[in-house]
Amino acid sequence: MFFLSHIWLIPLLPAFGAALMFFFGRKLQKASVSAVCVGVIALAFLMACGAVWQYSAWSSAPEHYRQPYQTVLYTWLGSGTGHLTYLTHDGTSAPFEADAGFLLDPLSSIWLLFVTGVGMLIHIYSTGYMAHEGGYYRFFGYLNLFMFSMLTLILANNYVLLFVGWEGVGLCSYLLIGFYFHRKSASDAAAKAFIVNRIGDAGFLLGMFFIAWYFGSLRFIDVTQIARSGRFAVGDPIITAATLLLFVGACGKSAQIPLYVWLPDAMEGPTPVSALIHAATMVTAGVYMVARSNAVFVLAPTSMKTVAIVGALTAIFAASIGLVQNDIKRVLAYSTVSQLGYMFLALGVGAFAAGVFHVFTHAFFKALLFLGAGSVIHSMSGEQDMRNMGDLGHRIPTTHRTMFIATLAIAGIFPFAGFFSKDAILWETWSREGGAYRFLWYIGYATALMTAFYMFRLMYLTFHGRPRMSHDVEHHIHESPASMTGPLVALALCAIVAGWLGWPQSLGGSDRFTKFLEPVFAPEARVLQVEGQTGQLVAGVEEEHNTGTEWLLMALSLGAAGLGWGMAWRSYRHADKGYSEPIAVLAPPVYKTLLNKYYVDEAYDEAFTGRRKVGNVRLGVLGLGEASSWFDTHVIDGLVNFAGWITRFTATVSSWWDKWIIDGIGVNGPAILARMLSYPARLFEWGLVQWYALVMTAGLVGFVFYYVWH
Amino acid sequence: MLHITTLHYLVVGAGLFLLGVIGVLTRRNVVIVLMSIELILNAVNLNLVAFSRYWQGMPVRMGGGATALHGQIFSIFVITDAAAEAAVGLGILIAFFRNKETVNIDEVHLLKW
Repeated sequence: MFFLSHIWLIPLLPAFGAALMFFFGRKLQKASVSAVCVGVIALAFLMACGAVWQYSAWSSAPEHYRQPYQTVLYTWLGSGTGHLTYLTHDGTSAPFEADAGFLLDPLSSIWLLFVTGVGMLIHIYSTGYMAHEGGYYRFFGYLNLFMFSMLTLILANNYVLLFVGWEGVGLCSYLLIGFYFHRKSASDAAAKAFIVNRIGDAGFLLGMFFIAWYFGSLRFIDVTQIARSGRFAVGDPIITAATLLLFVGACGKSAQIPLYVWLPDAMEGPTPVSALIHAATMVTAGVYMVARSNAVFVLAPTSMKTVAIVGALTAIFAASIGLVQNDIKRVLAYSTVSQLGYMFLALGVGAFAAGVFHVFTHAFFKALLFLGAGSVIHSMSGEQDMRNMGDLGHRIPTTHRTMFIATLAIAGIFPFAGFFSKDAILWETWSREGGAYRFLWYIGYATALMTAFYMFRLMYLTFHGRPRMSHDVEHHIHESPASMTGPLVALALCAIVAGWLGWPQSLGGSDRFTKFLEPVFAPEARVLQVEGQTGQLVAGVEEEHNTGTEWLLMALSLGAAGLGWGMAWRSYRHADKGYSEPIAVLAPPVYKTLLNKYYVDEAYDEAFTGRRKVGNVRLGVLGLGEASSWFDTHVIDGLVNFAGWITRFTATVSSWWDKWIIDGIGVNGPAILARMLSYPARLFEWGLVQWYALVMTAGLVGFVFYYVWH
Repeated sequence: MLHITTLHYLVVGAGLFLLGVIGVLTRRNVVIVLMSIELILNAVNLNLVAFSRYWQGMPVRMGGGATALHGQIFSIFVITDAAAEAAVGLGILIAFFRNKETVNIDEVHLLKW
């Protein structure tokens, strides 16, 4: 069980590559950089394959049948003599522990395989794509650092380590989007990505704290076990709050409404970055986290509904924007946001396996699409605007064919990968809970239509029609080198075949994918029903699996895909210079709104960034900037000044008291009193002789009078 | 004709005494103060002698008679005492004058507060 017990080597290999680049990268040759960085990922992929293979053997053994495999390197937080304990919600004391521990189960196996696999292909691709760029070692160093973070995230056995990976991928996203940092738009986009991500992270942390407080542990195994033990009622408000907060984190990382705005701008980074981070891996981290927390989410139907609705709305919203974008990478970016929406829709309706399946297939065809776009841009000498492309199909055939396969996949054409996964999601949306989510199915259906349309629009504008580029560019068009086309072909094969792993039972398949994920998603605890007063988990009523309806829905979605393709074919097949957009012709205001992305970025800028001033007042976040500033100047500083004034005032009073009362009465008083009282006494010692004589005489007279009168 | 009785002697004596006291209390010159003190003492002498003469005229069984000369004898002592005192006083005066170069009694205030 070498690969299994040494699973921690898998993240460590790219970390080693990144460290090497950090220390020695500048002095290395490009060839060495490639060899090291691609090599470690390839090695990681092989080890991942080995680990998953060994895991499947291990988990079929009866003593730990279907259990997740956990190995702990060391206790990171809460170790040693200073045990941190905290009080949980019911007053018991729980130790705050987070291990450097790794968990392998079917869920993380899937992620592990496609992250290392697609990562390896993208690394190979990058050796070709970035061959003529500066900062070669820096790029690969960041890429390896990203792989390390992502693998840590996937393999973590507790929320805290997952969060470490989570932050790490956020950091690498920032570094890689802003790779061409000399360009202001790139560095702005990088900052935007990181900041928006951070907002999500705040939610994630709060959710994590709630879970720690409520469950008394942050390990996935513990949390899952406690969640499924029936200790908590379904619809528990704390769990609902915790899951909603976790979902906020997922929205930030996986670009859902309202935190998706960073992803389209993230296209400023080099194309392999867009492929790896913003298509296949980082953005799926949110989905992973929610899937990992499925036992907790299942206890909060409100959160699940929220996830589903947000997912569906994001899907259609982003797809609508993608219909009219002119930058090839932007179309793909919005497409990614939209497909992520599908994944969350699946998770939200309770079809976790379907959501994960879509992540899996999406990784392949979206990475392929991005890499293909990169190939196109490379051949077009850096041109990204589709209005200046056209008729590339026969000039860059490999790119064309592989991208065509990817387009078929994403549009959901049978038997390519996207068909199976998207269809599974749509079917589950339609049928779950006796049709409660049907209104979301319509949204998903419309999105599928739009997806097909904009993807084939992309294909036709790029590869077909009349050439619209300048002559110099036209002369330079060439197919990309093998380092780039190789991964394209490999991914295309995956895009064809990957879907077959989830060949649904209604079409005669065995749906191996869902079966593989059963230990994670415990279908017997598929709830979503609150039973009477206790609100305990009960198994959902088994839907009458209506195969006929499923076939009908499949046919409908194929129809939508075909319709979208047809509409795109009609509008763009023969696009010449100055072609017209059908939406612009039919409804110009709609076109303008979509082209400007519904002005969301402008709205955010207005409300949140504090750039604008209304009159003399700088608004800041929801107008809080000026309010906070006023508060700080007048109230806080006022308090500080007041404290100073109080000090001076009391000092004055104190000094007055000291001078007049203490010194005057206390110190000088007795002295004055003594002087006053001693005055008569002093007279006896006056020093004047005749005075003494007088006193004597007076005394004598007194005596005489006394004797005479008595 | 005014019959001179003992009372007249006493009054003269008191008057002299009073003058002496006033002199002690009011005169600035130390020598005059000393002279006033002598005056006081002599007034006392006069008193003593007057009473001695009075008792000489009194019957014996009351303590008088020809040999009741107590007052006169006492006055001899007073005179002797006055002389000694005057000598001492003058000695102090000399010492005082040597130090202060003045016979003004107001200047004797070294022990003044």
